[in-house]
Amino acid sequence: MQMSKIVRLSADIMYPFVVIFGLYVIMHGHITPGGGFQGGAVVATGAALVIVAYAFRDVKAMIPKVLLYLQESGGLLLFIGAGLAGMLLGFPFFFNWLANSGSLFGMPVPIGPNPGELNTAGFLPVMNIAVGIEVWGGLSLVLLYMLSGVGKEGY
Amino acid sequence: MKRNLTILLLLVFAGILLALAAGFTYGTPLASDMDDYFIRFGQAQIATNNIVTTIVFDYRGFDTLGESTVLFTAVIGVSLMFRRFFGGEDDADE
Repeated sequence: MQMSKIVRLSADIMYPFVVIFGLYVIMHGHITPGGGFQGGAVVATGAALVIVAYAFRDVKAMIPKVLLYLQESGGLLLFIGAGLAGMLLGFPFFFNWLANSGSLFGMPVPIGPNPGELNTAGFLPVMNIAVGIEVWGGLSLVLLYMLSGVGKEGY
Repeated sequence: MKRNLTILLLLVFAGILLALAAGFTYGTPLASDMDDYFIRFGQAQIATNNIVTTIVFDYRGFDTLGESTVLFTAVIGVSLMFRRFFGGEDDADE
């Protein structure tokens, strides 16, 4: 069972904007309020929009389940790997070895109020992206699974 | 009768809680050493404006690792429970 054409068209139009806003919240997690968990939840809302608007057997072809599994596992592995990578260089586990280093995300910030720079914060953006990917895949998978039983009888 | 008694008890309980909360003075926490440390050194050590993200992902990064693991475990549990709805047992990509 699927919704009317108006709902489906609205979901089609809204879906890219929801995803882009979620990615923005993930990417700017170290400057603005928000972060990986919140941005991932916003992107998963886009998946919920598609699942509500379309029939379940169409959604199954539209949103590949294997990709969501890979996202969830890969996000957690990236998170742990970013923490472990410091140990190879001689730092403690989860030490922020990219901060103030001058390389990727390694710019220092001035002390006190300042407008903010995207290329700062060491590995915090990496962690935000990892957690965002994981929450995106995980919550979409949970929604997909829980809504797959709607309309079925006998259980 | 019993319902009225329940409502009365709830009101008395809420009143006690509010009377206790009215005694607090806000804006002057008892222990603020940790907060002062984060606010003073967060920008210099981690190079981040957002102190909340600094605490969540760096000073308390191990806690966030646990949170991610909890989410991972929850998704595994949900997928185990709802597997029979998702195309049934004879699904090819299951």
